[in-house]
Amino acid sequence: MSILVDRNTRVLVQGITGREGSFQTRRCIEYGTKVVAGVTPGRGGEELDGVPIFDTVREAVANTGANCSLIFVPAPFAADAILEAAYAEIPLIVCITEGIPALDMVRVRRYLRDSGIRLIGPNCPGVITPGQARVGIMPGDVFTPGMVGVISRSGTLVYEAVAQLTALGIGQSTCVGVGGDPVIGTTPLDAMRLFAQDPDTKAVVFIGEIGGTFEQEVAEFIGKGLHKPVIAFVAGATAPPGRRMGHAGAIIVGEAGTAQAKKRALAQAGAVVVDSPAQIGLTTRRVLQERGII
Amino acid sequence: MKVHEFQAKELLQKYGVPVPRGQVAESPEEVEAIARQLGRPVVVKAQIHAGGRGKAGGIRLASTPEEAREAAGQILGRRLVTHQTGPEGKLVRRLLVEEALQVQQELYVAVILDNAQAMPLIMVSDAGGIDIEEVAATSPERIHRLVVDPAIGFQPFMGRYLASKLGLRGETVKEAVQAMAGLYRLFVEKDCSLVEVNPWVITTDGRLLAADAKVNFDDNALFRHPDVAALRDPAEEDPLEVEAQSLGISNYVRLSGNIGCVVNGAGLAMATMDAIKMAGGEPANFLDIGTVNNVERVVNSFRILTSDERVKAILINIFGGMARVDVIAEGIVRAFKELEVRVPVVVRLAGTNLAEGERILSQSGLPIIRAGDLGEAAFKAVAAAQGERTPS
Repeated sequence: MSILVDRNTRVLVQGITGREGSFQTRRCIEYGTKVVAGVTPGRGGEELDGVPIFDTVREAVANTGANCSLIFVPAPFAADAILEAAYAEIPLIVCITEGIPALDMVRVRRYLRDSGIRLIGPNCPGVITPGQARVGIMPGDVFTPGMVGVISRSGTLVYEAVAQLTALGIGQSTCVGVGGDPVIGTTPLDAMRLFAQDPDTKAVVFIGEIGGTFEQEVAEFIGKGLHKPVIAFVAGATAPPGRRMGHAGAIIVGEAGTAQAKKRALAQAGAVVVDSPAQIGLTTRRVLQERGII
Repeated sequence: MKVHEFQAKELLQKYGVPVPRGQVAESPEEVEAIARQLGRPVVVKAQIHAGGRGKAGGIRLASTPEEAREAAGQILGRRLVTHQTGPEGKLVRRLLVEEALQVQQELYVAVILDNAQAMPLIMVSDAGGIDIEEVAATSPERIHRLVVDPAIGFQPFMGRYLASKLGLRGETVKEAVQAMAGLYRLFVEKDCSLVEVNPWVITTDGRLLAADAKVNFDDNALFRHPDVAALRDPAEEDPLEVEAQSLGISNYVRLSGNIGCVVNGAGLAMATMDAIKMAGGEPANFLDIGTVNNVERVVNSFRILTSDERVKAILINIFGGMARVDVIAEGIVRAFKELEVRVPVVVRLAGTNLAEGERILSQSGLPIIRAGDLGEAAFKAVAAAQGERTPS
């Protein structure tokens, strides 16, 4: 019925006592997410709204059986926090933090490579399985349960796309914000592979952006015979080359990084490409109707 | 972050990568003195943050100190227009004066981050002196790549492999390996996003020198490199972008259109620009206000946009997740109070704490044009910029 997280996911929050950490933890709990522990070094033994706080991730896991970590630790210390969670063998790590140095993430990715541990992010809104678990920072009331998977490099564009879907009565199986950095734990292709195997995801909305070649990777996978419709939008058609558009990964270096090249690759592979971000919902409905899915 | 060629070369030297002898100067007199000291023909190179200087007349060969002085007089204080500067060009404030090289062969070497493999990558080519993009397009077989596993870092064998791909012989192999080791160490130790030497010249007397160098840094890592941050040259940046930085708005890029945008999130900001374009307009900027819930930052965003004389309408598009819509609404109201907002303002709000945000805007009684969704917001902003009225 979903990928990555569901109502049984036991979430640990690293950086739970920080301003955003505590605000977002409360929102996760309100949404129904099972938040079982928090970690803030030096504040073990305290509680946040009944959630026990530990000094270290290892202790938190031993005491609560947490199997997913949600990280709000500031950028200079975030790579260390991810590695602490990985060392404690937490199988799913979601890192929200923005602004982590790219080479820190290179080392993290290298360590995670053969570990079987999955990292979502960093610089992402997290993962939500509507009606079950919100492991991140999304505005929960925009989402509704259903059968469309959503993958996005941008956080706020997930909300934008999902709001359009929900307004048309189209629900979502799971929405994954993979993050806007050049080096991320789970790429759009990885997320697409998970949706391909999920029997309850009938179609996927993929929101890419300029920079890198993640979109081309997804296109290649679709072209090899993904039997689910993909509706794609690529942000940044109007961005000038060589300038970083906010996200560290959103910078056009060479032809492959342009929105035009990415859209072309996706369209050629069989995805339905949307030019206007305001048309994502309507286009998805049309595709679902044409394929007899709704 | 970008730095000048002379700064990049100083870094290269520190990391044991040989560069031509030379010095930076700010006046024709200094240029002449340096040329005299070098005692041979020199090149005089404009120091601006843009490529394509040669074609634009920013790089000149001079066989005597007097010629160097004359060339300097012609370049200094001029606005150099290259394919990377935009039509307004960039003012030349400094020149790098270097020994002119007797070139036997021009090579290329760079260290970049390979995003797909999430590892540093060393790239070399025997087609130096031309834009590497062009080589990649016309003769990709002349580019050789090797990924460096961060678990072991750069190893001499990697350098020897690439040197052999370049067809290097004898002592030059050793020099090339040493230079590549230095470039890699610079890349990693200073958190670079690019270290590029083009051309990497073998001189007729057998020296291997970085004739031109470009070093870019990861903005996210500047906090741990105060020495690198100190190399920033604000004169090379758009004054409004520099002001935005000083006001805590780091994600602002000025563009050439007339619709100012304030958006939360880089992706939505880009999509908003795209939507404006689809509706027939042109964005004046990219501005990601970020997720920090701070009224002052909203006011400051208005401050930047209202001081841009090109802006004829402002579009606020906020989809609150981590950012709270009520804080943004408060900021909009404050901006109208504290600043002279003379252009129409279109506001689209959604997400976290929407109801409270709506209430704040409605009670303010301000002449704000409201929009329910992104398409409507873009349409209304384009109409407003053209001086048309749309029902709010």
